[in-house]
Amino acid sequence: MTTAVLDAPAHLDSPRGGSFLALVRHSAALAKRSLIKTVRTPEALIDVTIQPVIFLLMFTYLFGGAIAGGDRHTYLQFLLPGMLGQSLAMGGIALGQNLNADIEKGVFDRFRSLPVSRSAPLVGAVMADIVRYLTVCLVTLGIGTVMGFRISTGAPPTIAAVALAIGFGLCFGWISVWVGMIVRTSGAVQGVMFLLVFPLSFGSNVFVATETLPGWLQAFVKVNPITHLVGAERGLLTGGPVAHHLWMTLAWMAGLLVVFVPLALRAYNKRA
Amino acid sequence: MDDLVVRAEGLRKRFGKTQALDGVDLAMRRGTVLGVLGPNGAGKTTAVRVLATLLRPDEGTAFVAGIDVLREPQKVRRRIGLTGQYASVDEDLTGTQNLVLIGQLLDLHTRDAKKRAAELLEWFDLTEAAGRPAKTYSGGMRRRLDLAASLVGHPEVIFLDEPTTGLDPAKREDMWGVVRTQVAQGSSVLLTTQYLEEADALADEIVVVDHGKVIAQDTPDGLKRRVGGQTLRIRPADAGRLNDVLRILDGVAAPGTNAAPDSAAGSRPGAASVPVTSDHALDDVIPALRRAGIEVNEFGLHLPSLDEVFHTLTGAEKDEKKTEALV
Repeated sequence: MTTAVLDAPAHLDSPRGGSFLALVRHSAALAKRSLIKTVRTPEALIDVTIQPVIFLLMFTYLFGGAIAGGDRHTYLQFLLPGMLGQSLAMGGIALGQNLNADIEKGVFDRFRSLPVSRSAPLVGAVMADIVRYLTVCLVTLGIGTVMGFRISTGAPPTIAAVALAIGFGLCFGWISVWVGMIVRTSGAVQGVMFLLVFPLSFGSNVFVATETLPGWLQAFVKVNPITHLVGAERGLLTGGPVAHHLWMTLAWMAGLLVVFVPLALRAYNKRA
Repeated sequence: MDDLVVRAEGLRKRFGKTQALDGVDLAMRRGTVLGVLGPNGAGKTTAVRVLATLLRPDEGTAFVAGIDVLREPQKVRRRIGLTGQYASVDEDLTGTQNLVLIGQLLDLHTRDAKKRAAELLEWFDLTEAAGRPAKTYSGGMRRRLDLAASLVGHPEVIFLDEPTTGLDPAKREDMWGVVRTQVAQGSSVLLTTQYLEEADALADEIVVVDHGKVIAQDTPDGLKRRVGGQTLRIRPADAGRLNDVLRILDGVAAPGTNAAPDSAAGSRPGAASVPVTSDHALDDVIPALRRAGIEVNEFGLHLPSLDEVFHTLTGAEKDEKKTEALV
């Protein structure tokens, strides 16, 4: 045959370093792509920077007095771990929107014509969101400190709290990925996700203690994953029992992965 | 050794009520260009997506570089490059970042991916724009980057889905040059197009598809013979000399045809056309015009439009059926 073909590098028929390592490497390369996009469009970070700040200010100073009977500091101590939970859930919405837009633009066709695992583009996009969830944590804790919030536990529990928050965000984000694969437009992703995230974040212990709610609502709040996440965050940041909420949160995280990763992958393979 | 680098048989694919592919056979020899010609919605893109492992057909078999597309898609993906109808580069990434990413996904070491990216950017005349996000690129630059992206892995087979749709004529010619170079370097190219002119300029063989079916397969010359070849049109500067032009054109007319003044609706009067069988007609006409002292405002060799190709081919199909019925 022609020499030019022989000059080309020999084709490898299995990926360098085995398929799992290849998935990690390819996902990391694709995660870097998402991060570059984030850096190029800083306004895409509004939902994990300015938005949590506004919510924290609004609920502390506008409603805090009424909700907590005048003691704003006590309410801030209560609210801030809750705000983390809400901001994480909302921060995942953009993921599905971006993936939906990528598919519409045809960028994914190129990735799918390359010898990478079918899941790599999705895993990469989810991995890149670590940066967004870390931003949520740092911004919320930072502005909270300025407002008077005090961590009353210590460094290791705080690190654990941030790690748990990011871990939860990564698992919860797969719902957004799935929705991003099944609805047609990126605007619709936002619509559907708000329908999910609002009941979850308000129908929880984020803003008020579960005991103050009517019985039927308590039943929902007590199984809500946001409730358990927030419960665990409160224990880790401001003291109190952690174990029950932590285990429930981890169970929810595992459950979300088991259900939504296969759903998202199947929808992705069916699409386009 | 199998000399067919693309071989597809009986491909069928249905989307809802649309039969996008209705039993398509394709064969492309190694080191050649196969042009898949057809109007919008003929099934060209669907066929490419099947061959490029993006879509599973409902029925049929396909082999690319000797590998079964349906059974070993990952192996096929190591040997192909795909440039879609719409430039699918990432607008937020720079030219370099786009190409390095592809290299990394092809399992090149980052250093090699960077080297390959620089090489391709240089070759596609994008070195100066290499550090700028692709969204700042012009349409032509984007297409070049898109094409470069499909070449990162030294593919054996390159699929180009309407690579020049929307480009101006000069950019189109640039693109043709790139395709020719790739073939000269040993790649095989399957390209879809809506332009007979493009298929004629690039392809060794042309497959005409319509409504998910192959309605003709031939070399460009063979196809032109079947659809009536080319038309030579001349518009003299002095309209009074039209008759002299007609006389000269008659001398090169394809057998059984005559030169005639343009009378088609919509065309400006004052020009004459004649069907010709080959480009050599020009060799006779130009000196004749000079000897007769005729200045011309328009002088062109035109291929039949895609419409005319289809009209002729589908008409011929009907005639054949009629003949069969009579026999």
